[in-house]
Amino acid sequence: MSRDVALDRVTMRFGAITAVRDVSLTIGAGEFFSFLGPSGCGKTTILRMISGFMEPTSGAIRIGGQDMRGIGPNKRPTALIFQNLALFPLMTVGENIGFGLEVRGVPKVERHSAVQRLLDLVALPDAADKRVTELSGGQRQRVAIARALAVEPSVLLLDEPLSALDLKLRQHMRAELRAIQRRTGVTFIYITHDQGEALTMSDRIAVMNHGVIEQVGDGASIYDHPDTAFVAAFVGEANRFAGTVAEVADGIAALDTPVGRLLGRNPRGLRPGDRAVLFVRPERMREDGAENALAARVSHCDFEGAFVTAVLETADGVRLQVHTPHRGGALPFPPESAARVGFCAGDAVVLPPGDAA
Amino acid sequence: MRAVLEPALRRYGAPLTVTLLVMSAAWVLLMIALPQLLMVDYSLRPMLPPSKLGGPEDVHTLRNYGTLWSNAIHLGIFLKTVWGSALVTAVTLALSYPMAFYLAQVAPKRKLPTLVLMLVVPFWINEILRTFAWYIILAYNGPLNALLVGLGVWAEPVRLLGGDGGVIAGMVYVYVLFMVLPIYNAIETLDRHQIEAAHDLGAGWIAIHRRIVVPHAKPGIAVGCIMTFMLAAGSYAVPALLGGPQSRWFTEIIYNWFFEGGNWNQGAAYAFILLVLCVGFILLMMRLFRVGLTDIAR
Ligand SMILES: Nc1ncnc2c1ncn2[C@@H]1O[C@H](COP(=O)(O)OP(=O)(O)OP(=O)(O)O)[C@@H](O)[C@H]1O
Ligand SMILES: [Mg+2]
Repeated sequence: MSRDVALDRVTMRFGAITAVRDVSLTIGAGEFFSFLGPSGCGKTTILRMISGFMEPTSGAIRIGGQDMRGIGPNKRPTALIFQNLALFPLMTVGENIGFGLEVRGVPKVERHSAVQRLLDLVALPDAADKRVTELSGGQRQRVAIARALAVEPSVLLLDEPLSALDLKLRQHMRAELRAIQRRTGVTFIYITHDQGEALTMSDRIAVMNHGVIEQVGDGASIYDHPDTAFVAAFVGEANRFAGTVAEVADGIAALDTPVGRLLGRNPRGLRPGDRAVLFVRPERMREDGAENALAARVSHCDFEGAFVTAVLETADGVRLQVHTPHRGGALPFPPESAARVGFCAGDAVVLPPGDAA
Repeated sequence: MRAVLEPALRRYGAPLTVTLLVMSAAWVLLMIALPQLLMVDYSLRPMLPPSKLGGPEDVHTLRNYGTLWSNAIHLGIFLKTVWGSALVTAVTLALSYPMAFYLAQVAPKRKLPTLVLMLVVPFWINEILRTFAWYIILAYNGPLNALLVGLGVWAEPVRLLGGDGGVIAGMVYVYVLFMVLPIYNAIETLDRHQIEAAHDLGAGWIAIHRRIVVPHAKPGIAVGCIMTFMLAAGSYAVPALLGGPQSRWFTEIIYNWFFEGGNWNQGAAYAFILLVLCVGFILLMMRLFRVGLTDIAR
């Protein structure tokens, strides 16, 4: 049975450092929810508070409606998968997976069948008697997942579990994790600083910075409609132009920048005179100059198979990235040539500067 | 052997390597093996006046070893020494394990140097003085009696010295570091996440120690037990100072054979019996904890 997790004005201070500041959000039962943010932003701290290794300085954590204050990690309906997995090296794979049941006093025979069921679930049917040290990185990963699932948690917490794996395995494990989550229906709370991971796996994502949640939403809304400069810069790539708002009308702001006046959406209701930054994704840039036209020189152009990435520089030294799909024929941006590029106002967003990463 | 020799040859060259080898061999032979062999020889001959040495009675015999079994008092003291040393080891282990765990996993890292220093400083004082401190503490008119009488535990002072209790308490104090340090070293290498993972999976403190910490610390526990047992069984100063005639230790009997009875042959035999006991204890510990020599040497 999966349960929802509610954080209510949760703050965690370590002496002078505030690792997590006034975080409120509700993670639905059975949801795959990710916390995404740079190193040191407080992700692990949030996870450790949910799992019960730390009590928040202030605020409340509720799981399935029940306040968790004063309830230890061994009594919470959560299971944590550690950043370094923390498998028990002196036990076999089977003993590792059965550990949670063993300490609950489940008899050996039942334990055996449960372990075998979990090994089948994570596609390691013959590994029960192996030593943990005999396994590959990906196999250990699966053992850690099986060990955590053995105690039938309502909420599974994962702290960057894929960060130690190589790229291929990481991509494979993403799909696998997602499949396991669907099969078990357990609420997954996943921590990562890898935006690709967060975007591909999650139902919803919370983007964190300096202990604060900057935005919560599904992958597309975070990517397409960032609320803050930090989110726009941290998730995906973006060309950015800093400047001052000149005029606003109909949800569009005109920004005076070193490369001229540029138009973009104005979701935060900036007013003329405000300092702001305009963000536009490289794949929204077009070869023809649309509403916002820029003259630039091609510095270099990388052919990546499915698409082409060109890096351009304007006369004022502003660098621009352009992604265009490759449809055969000659490559679009010959190096050292002059080019005109642009973007629609609807594809760009103007946001307060904040602390853009 | 090759693995040791080849780097040495490369590093020092043949002449120097040979010299070093010969010198080490000579050291082991002359300073360690030869005296011990002489003692073995002593222990296997009867004590004879000089005039009969080399005579028909000067033969190898196991009679000196047999003495222990025919002398009920000595046998009693021997068995009590075995039992007492085992008790000292057990009590020391019971005290040291929580200390070592606290130091290795719980204590804040910045407090660690102070704590370790507090533990080690008493060991800069030699064993006799450390024992003597207990002599004062346990005295009839000493502070411990005063405290316990003051607290109303006892109505009047109790004789604490001269019995087995005092000897065992003194030994625990004198040898505790030899138990704490190896266990600390072992537990220190345990990744804290292992403990947290076990806790997260529902284990309480007893299960965490039984399934995670103790198995990891086994080599350290084995080393600590071996050291403490050997030190206790071979201890002379502590029973001599804190014990009395009723609580004699086997080492005191050996001492008496050598220096009061003047019977080196008999003394040597008793000393070897003690040695065999200790070796037996080492093997037992290695069996019990399922650790090999390499684990211990780690
Ligand atoms: N036990 C602690 N004592 C003091 N400060 C801490 C403690 N744990 C975390 N911090 C601080 O809190 C902040 C957030 O740490 P946290 O481990 O949550 O970051 P993170 O987002 O998980 O980073 P990473 O991606 O590097 O794992 C950091 O500044 C860190 O130094
Ligand atoms: Mg972390």
